[in-house]
Amino acid sequence: MPDASRRTRLLAVLKTVTSQPLPDDDEESLFESGLLDSFALPDLVSALEREFSIKVPDRDLNPRKFDSIARMEAYLAEHAA
Amino acid sequence: MYMPPRVVTNAEIAARVDRTEEWIENVSGIRERRWADPETSVADLAVAAAEDCLSRAEISAASLGMIIVASGSARAGFPGPAAEVAARLGLDSTPALDVPMASAGSLFALVMASQMTTHFGDVLVIGAEKMSAVLEAHPLDPNTAILFGDGAGAALVSARPGRWEVLDSVLHSDGSFRDALAFNWNSPLRMNGLSVILQATRKLPSAIEEVLARGNVAVGDVPVFLLHQANQNLLMRVAKSLGVPSERVYSNVGRYGNTSSASLLIAAAEWSRENPAAGPVIFSAFGAGLHWGALLARPRE
Repeated sequence: MPDASRRTRLLAVLKTVTSQPLPDDDEESLFESGLLDSFALPDLVSALEREFSIKVPDRDLNPRKFDSIARMEAYLAEHAA
Repeated sequence: MYMPPRVVTNAEIAARVDRTEEWIENVSGIRERRWADPETSVADLAVAAAEDCLSRAEISAASLGMIIVASGSARAGFPGPAAEVAARLGLDSTPALDVPMASAGSLFALVMASQMTTHFGDVLVIGAEKMSAVLEAHPLDPNTAILFGDGAGAALVSARPGRWEVLDSVLHSDGSFRDALAFNWNSPLRMNGLSVILQATRKLPSAIEEVLARGNVAVGDVPVFLLHQANQNLLMRVAKSLGVPSERVYSNVGRYGNTSSASLLIAAAEWSRENPAAGPVIFSAFGAGLHWGALLARPRE
């Protein structure tokens, strides 16, 4: 079930780590599109942890889990309260 | 320490990988690196660094109880470079151990040596890398060719009073990300930069904080952090995570690039020549494996 509030908060977090406009397609790779680079990703994960009061364990620090808006929503749906 | 004399500028690399000098410096902080001649081996680099270290410590190779050579870029097969290094230092029965580990190898060797001195006596730890051979073994990949350099560093670890006293250390490994950074001579160096940086930005500060907490040392009381010189942006990120000014994280990556397992000892050698030992010092590294950790030392009183 999509969570509108979670999505709004996710998009707000994304806007804090990139100055580029977010893609219309939720499945688009944020790395391949150049929206996120290798040093923005750690910032993004830290910002998600703060916003959603979660701790992303090191075993989950896989770029694929944070590759697109859809994948981040799926991760948060599973791990965020 | 020993650095090969040939300076390879960003202009030279940029021309070979179809990138600009500015791009290389922006993504890595590296302006130049040293590449050894094709005939130079990892053992050649290691022997030069070992001789420099022994000379500065004013001891002879014959007094060593053990030699450890950390290198991820020595040619595959056996024996590894340690036996050759020992032989070329004139030793014919001193145990010589290889640590075939990239980037974190010299940290692991330092920690092992600090535990071995009571049994073996003085241990000479050497980190030596010829990463140019790794790069040149296959067509250059812009994402890795810009980063790596050659060189060697060495440190004497002794049970006798020396400049620094090792207080504590932590080492960790996690093989579940072993494919993120890997090389064998049959195929090009593979590096998932996103994954490596994501892991390193967490694991380096975490290991440093772990060893500081165990030693009851405040991060603000550490005047210098000697880290594996992977990338200037990563060094800055670690400083930010620790909450310390970036100038406390020693950096020579701009001049030497990433010399893998040699970089920690090269950084330590340069820093210690330029600065008096004052207050506790952190050594920390992260690399392929994944392997990572930190070592806490303080000036001997």
